[in-house]
Amino acid sequence: MDETKELKTREMVINMGPQHPSTHGVLRLRLEVSGETIVKCTPYVGYLHRGTEKLAESMTYLQSIPLMDRLDYISSMTNDVGYCLAVERLFDIGLPLRAKYIRTMVSEMSRISSHLLWLATHALDIGAMTVFLYAFRERERILELFEQLCGARLTVTYPRIGGVRNDVSQEFIDTLYQFTEEFPDKIKEYETLINVNRIWLKRTIGIGIISAEEAVNYGLTGAALRGSGVDYDVRKHFPYDAYSLVKFDVPIGKNGDVYDRYLCRMEEMRQSNSIIKQCIEALPTGPIMTSDSPKFTLPPKDKVLNNMESLIHHFTLITKGPMTAPAGEVYVATEVPKGELGFYIVSDGTGRPYRMRIRSPSFIHVAALPRLCEGGFIADVVANIGSIDVVLGECDR
Amino acid sequence: MIIDGAMELVEIEKGIKIIPGASTVITTLDKVINWGRKSSLWPVTFGLACCAIEMMAAGSSHYDLDRLGIIFRGSPRQADCMIVAGTVTKKMAPIVRKVYDQMPEPRYVIAMGSCACTGNVYRTYSVVQGCDLFLPVDVYIPGCPPRPEALYDGLIKLQEIITKEKMRWSPLR
Repeated sequence: MDETKELKTREMVINMGPQHPSTHGVLRLRLEVSGETIVKCTPYVGYLHRGTEKLAESMTYLQSIPLMDRLDYISSMTNDVGYCLAVERLFDIGLPLRAKYIRTMVSEMSRISSHLLWLATHALDIGAMTVFLYAFRERERILELFEQLCGARLTVTYPRIGGVRNDVSQEFIDTLYQFTEEFPDKIKEYETLINVNRIWLKRTIGIGIISAEEAVNYGLTGAALRGSGVDYDVRKHFPYDAYSLVKFDVPIGKNGDVYDRYLCRMEEMRQSNSIIKQCIEALPTGPIMTSDSPKFTLPPKDKVLNNMESLIHHFTLITKGPMTAPAGEVYVATEVPKGELGFYIVSDGTGRPYRMRIRSPSFIHVAALPRLCEGGFIADVVANIGSIDVVLGECDR
Repeated sequence: MIIDGAMELVEIEKGIKIIPGASTVITTLDKVINWGRKSSLWPVTFGLACCAIEMMAAGSSHYDLDRLGIIFRGSPRQADCMIVAGTVTKKMAPIVRKVYDQMPEPRYVIAMGSCACTGNVYRTYSVVQGCDLFLPVDVYIPGCPPRPEALYDGLIKLQEIITKEKMRWSPLR
């Protein structure tokens, strides 16, 4: 009898996460491995399910904004903008031009800060520790600007339905402009750290390849899709806010591997930087809150303190919210740093949403993780997780 | 070696005496052990939600937690402090507890952020209303999320707690 027939290897099950430093939060992966090769990868989500969608049903449209901060906590500004856009579409509210520019500006700042965090953690996972310290240096500058703008570093709650909370100060604009002047050199600095690093190249080129067709079929969006060579960006194809008024390129990859997604995101940071610059240069004067919907927007503070009607209006708006909303449903997609974030709001005519569904890019990206990981090595799992850029607060909602 | 009989012990701090000229310190074992413990708090990297981002910011270049001897460890076996940074859901709570159980004594818990302290706005079906329901929390840091400075303050508070410990090292306590 042939002895080799009896010597079988069994597949081993490895549990990765939820407490794992490289899973970007509380993602859990069940990996079936044969030697070093991954045979099957099953993601488990829901460890950060906070019931945001259900909670939003019991809150007025205005009250829900802080919840949206905490979906994708790395770039909370873009979430708020997306949510406000959806509610504005439902109520058919237009925006003043200055508010549009400010929103675009702060969204792009948020995009840079998110991409910097992605770069820091992605490089840290793969083994390049230094990038983490460099990227956080610039990220702190953006967070300090946010703090100057609205008092919070991460959970900003700055956009409002029909505008933004407060106007930007000249000091803020000056500091931001100085940042945009210096930032392209900083990106170069990051690239000198890893672009010629042989370990980095070996661990990213040719890893986690996904073709353009498959990427579309999996519903990938954002840099994960563009890395595969599909030209799709919500900012470009369905422009909102002031994106139709600024010039920017959408970087496209070729091979669809981890390295191309990395290149796309690095280029996106440069484009965001240029968008911020254009916004500062073109920033018009005017109001920051729309005036065509007095039912929704808070009256100015000096009127609240001196005018009885405005005080009552302010009080009812804060305590009860708008009592009626147009019945119907609305879906609005925005481009957040992770991909396409959609808000689908069903309204039954009351002041609270009947149902709100959040189409979060992270949830859909996690679903593509088995496709990326299977057939690869265990060590490449962290590279793949980093390259699709998931954040679990948004994924589990 | 001849010790001058006229030489007296000098008290440099309450409970710590030195012999001048000789490199000798006379103090209680409590003080030495607590000093060692508080100067090398190693928290386990355990990010749950938004607060973890601020925890990372506190550990990175700008705020630099290494100054306090705080180094994040990936494994709970090497850690003696747990920073519960973020919302604890009912699905996650058993795992948080398991990580805590894996840590060797002495171990400390910091509840970072309003979610870990009380559950915050998430009064929903899936969120644990404060991680003190299943963990012995030493320091609470409110905020949503707390600034890195607030985390610093919490860690320094924890160091103060450790300084005041008595006989925790002893099996006879």
